[in-house]
Amino acid sequence: MTKEDQNKERDKKTGTLRDLASLFWGFFKLGLLTIGGGYAMIPQMQQVAVDDHHWLTEEEVVDCIAVSQSLPGIIAINMATYIGRRLYGLKGAITATVGVVLPSFIIISLAVLVLGAIGDNPWIAGAFVGVKAAVCGLILLSAIRLGKQILRTPFQWVLMLGALAAVGFFGINAVWTILAGVILGILYSQIRGSGKHGGDETEQASGKEAD
Amino acid sequence: MGYLTLFAAFFRIGLFGFGGGLAMLPMIYQSVQQFGFMSVTEFSDLLALSQVTPGPIAVNAATYVGLRFLGLSGAASATIGVVLPEFLIMLIVCRFLDRFRSNPLVEGAFTGIRPVTIGLILAAILYVAEGVLVNGPVISAQLFTAGVEYYNLIPILIAVCAVILMTVLKVKPIRVMLLMAAAGAVLGGTGLI
Repeated sequence: MTKEDQNKERDKKTGTLRDLASLFWGFFKLGLLTIGGGYAMIPQMQQVAVDDHHWLTEEEVVDCIAVSQSLPGIIAINMATYIGRRLYGLKGAITATVGVVLPSFIIISLAVLVLGAIGDNPWIAGAFVGVKAAVCGLILLSAIRLGKQILRTPFQWVLMLGALAAVGFFGINAVWTILAGVILGILYSQIRGSGKHGGDETEQASGKEAD
Repeated sequence: MGYLTLFAAFFRIGLFGFGGGLAMLPMIYQSVQQFGFMSVTEFSDLLALSQVTPGPIAVNAATYVGLRFLGLSGAASATIGVVLPEFLIMLIVCRFLDRFRSNPLVEGAFTGIRPVTIGLILAAILYVAEGVLVNGPVISAQLFTAGVEYYNLIPILIAVCAVILMTVLKVKPIRVMLLMAAAGAVLGGTGLI
């Protein structure tokens, strides 16, 4: 009931220019301040959407994260579209999405211009080597962290190793590995008996990951 | 024509990019190579840049690739391409949210997709490490037959230090990246790497 009341409360905000500007600025800041991709953005998204602006309740944010994680694409875009639409419909969705994308668009454009102007500089080249080496470690840790949550059955290990070998060694297009995962996942859960709770463990695991 | 290719390539990346930015990297890399947008080295430059600038990696990548390939309007084509699929899917899914999540076929599909994304994240390491940690492909016979000069010892040391800082000392990834950028700049400036 309280949720319905809140929805009514929110419907009063019809999405005036002022509301949309506030939504835009909120997501622009999120896009500007989060470094390191979608997962780093989730806690800040909670802070902005729940505590600062009261756009969503705590419960709705958890739903939003769960849905975003189970859809393809950039998590930040999924969340911006979801929140924007819940608040002000299509124009809200567009406002929030543009807001969250714009900072990286501007910054990368500037960075390319500046770096292009500098040209070959051993200090800059060295900095790139340093970050690239560190990124190898970062990606490894990220894979291990997710793997601990998700890889619980031999079937899942086989799929993970299969995707790694297909893309990393045989150079097969990554899109095919995703499609193979879809088909094998459906077959596996159907065979395991009416697909009962096939995805539950991992569903919970990915929810935990978001916390 | 070029704009359409860019748009379509990044639209596909957005559409199939499950598992967040890192799992999308192999897809971005493969598209970039397929259409001749840039080299492996330049791709890993892009990744390094994404790690020290704000925003989603896939958006950074789209902007960077588009800009290098066709200038500012190319950047816009690629960025809109990578954002549009999730925008549209989210609008549709919001309408029948609960049915979507409890559908056994959808649940089954995700038991398959999740492990695949981990494999893709690991595959991303191979792309980044090539030419940085080792002088050539990571998975090859040279790994065992070539001498010590096949390995770039200082970058390997940097990678190990980064892992130690993030795990044992719990330093935030962004601080580690900035620290290693500074260390790399000094080493590069003094001609050590």
